[in-house]
Amino acid sequence: MKITKSVERWSPLVVLGVVLLVWQLAVMLFSVPEFIFPSPAQIAQQFVEFRGPLLEAAWKTFWVTMLGFAISIVVGVLLGFLIGSSRLAYTALYPLMVAFNAVPKAAVVPILVVWFGIGLGPGVLTAFLISFFPITVNIATGLATLEPELEDVLRVLGARRWDVLVKVGLPRSMPYFYGSLKVAITLAFVGTVLAEMTAGDSGIGYLMQTAGSQQRMSLAFAGLVTIGAMAMAMYELFSWIERRTTGWAHRGSQAA
Amino acid sequence: MTTPFVDFRNVWLAYNDELLAAGHFAVEDISLQVGEGEFIAIVGPSGCGKSTFMKLTTGLKMPSRGSITIGGQPVTGPLKISGMAFQAPSLLPWRTTVDNVLLPLEIVEPYRSNFKARRKEYEARARDLLKSVGLAGYEDKFPWQLSGGMQQRASICRALVHEPKMLLLDEPFGALDAFTREELWCALRDLHAAQRFNVILVTHDLRESVFLADTVYCMSRSPGRFVVRREIDLPRPRDLEVTYTPQFTDIVHELRSHIGAMRKSGVAVPQ
Repeated sequence: MKITKSVERWSPLVVLGVVLLVWQLAVMLFSVPEFIFPSPAQIAQQFVEFRGPLLEAAWKTFWVTMLGFAISIVVGVLLGFLIGSSRLAYTALYPLMVAFNAVPKAAVVPILVVWFGIGLGPGVLTAFLISFFPITVNIATGLATLEPELEDVLRVLGARRWDVLVKVGLPRSMPYFYGSLKVAITLAFVGTVLAEMTAGDSGIGYLMQTAGSQQRMSLAFAGLVTIGAMAMAMYELFSWIERRTTGWAHRGSQAA
Repeated sequence: MTTPFVDFRNVWLAYNDELLAAGHFAVEDISLQVGEGEFIAIVGPSGCGKSTFMKLTTGLKMPSRGSITIGGQPVTGPLKISGMAFQAPSLLPWRTTVDNVLLPLEIVEPYRSNFKARRKEYEARARDLLKSVGLAGYEDKFPWQLSGGMQQRASICRALVHEPKMLLLDEPFGALDAFTREELWCALRDLHAAQRFNVILVTHDLRESVFLADTVYCMSRSPGRFVVRREIDLPRPRDLEVTYTPQFTDIVHELRSHIGAMRKSGVAVPQ
């Protein structure tokens, strides 16, 4: 069977549709009560009913995440730059970073609350803390895996470290960078929601927490869906930028 | 020749202090004199220190003992008058072919400081160079749209664009098929004939060395030493046909026997 372009294009939506259909049918067939596991229709109904608060919470969560994510890009790139271009920094910092990344961020949120109080601080910081590591690792890998021959070619010409980094290292690590952004953005949303659930006074995480404690499962699920949709939209945005800027790195047989 | 352009006098190199103390040298007691515009080839089994020799010649490595003089100046650091190309073309996939060739001009002085202002002129030069190796029409393609032989041609152009006095080639045709390799021999021969830069070609293809070089040096393995120096007196310009003459075959044979002898002695004298 020949897979046409349009089939490929619409396949995610088809899969989504099938999943929703099966879900709806299963809930109806086994008559699962709403407070245990709501059906898509019930969730959609909650969406319509609470679109005001949902939108407001989504907007809050979105920009808190973006703020944390922006910090994590800046810090992640700078750290990756440092670790990838200096063997000493790599050896000295890497183990510490791995240890830090393994710390469950849920355990950090209460500490952040003590430091910054309830509100913006913990959300932004958790989003940042949870998402900068993949960016750092990927930039560092891109820089550290430079071909030695190419480096020789440039060094003979009197290239300084900086020249090699800017002309070769950075462009070379761009595909890795975009790959890491796609991972990091989804993590950043996780971070924000986590902070909002434990110590927030607004946002989707807070809304879900409240809805859950009131046994309004459909509303909690509507919150989940909102987060998923936002993360998916951002992911698609980065994929699009990636295709536009680093097409040279994605020229496999499937690209045609 | 009066004063040699490249002058190695009793050069020894150990890669670090421990190896130096232990007396393990990557190359030992290398002496050679290369005249201006001379094309030399260095052949030998793999792991014999050919690449080390390249690093010494470009000033990327300093000798542990002995002295190296190039163009009348003692070598103290990376030598900007040289261009390098390797077995892997290592072109940058995000730059077009012509932009890849222009890369050295963005780095090396005096081109670097006026690169923006004179970009048009430099670009024309890069395009001419690409045309001269048969890459007309491919200048604005990306490297991955080119065949292996074409990529290697572009890589050699990149090594030559800043008009170096010395071209260093480390098994540049090793990964190519026999026909493409012969085509590139001719391309290199013509570039050398036209511009008369020095060439140091490291290879393990004896036919390649005899066809292209004025002088062939055979190197032995660990320690890396020059064991034979052979001048190739075939008249220039050489045509590919020359590789089928008895005279040519005799020289190849002779060099081959040196390599064979080295192998045997290598077994007899454990290192």
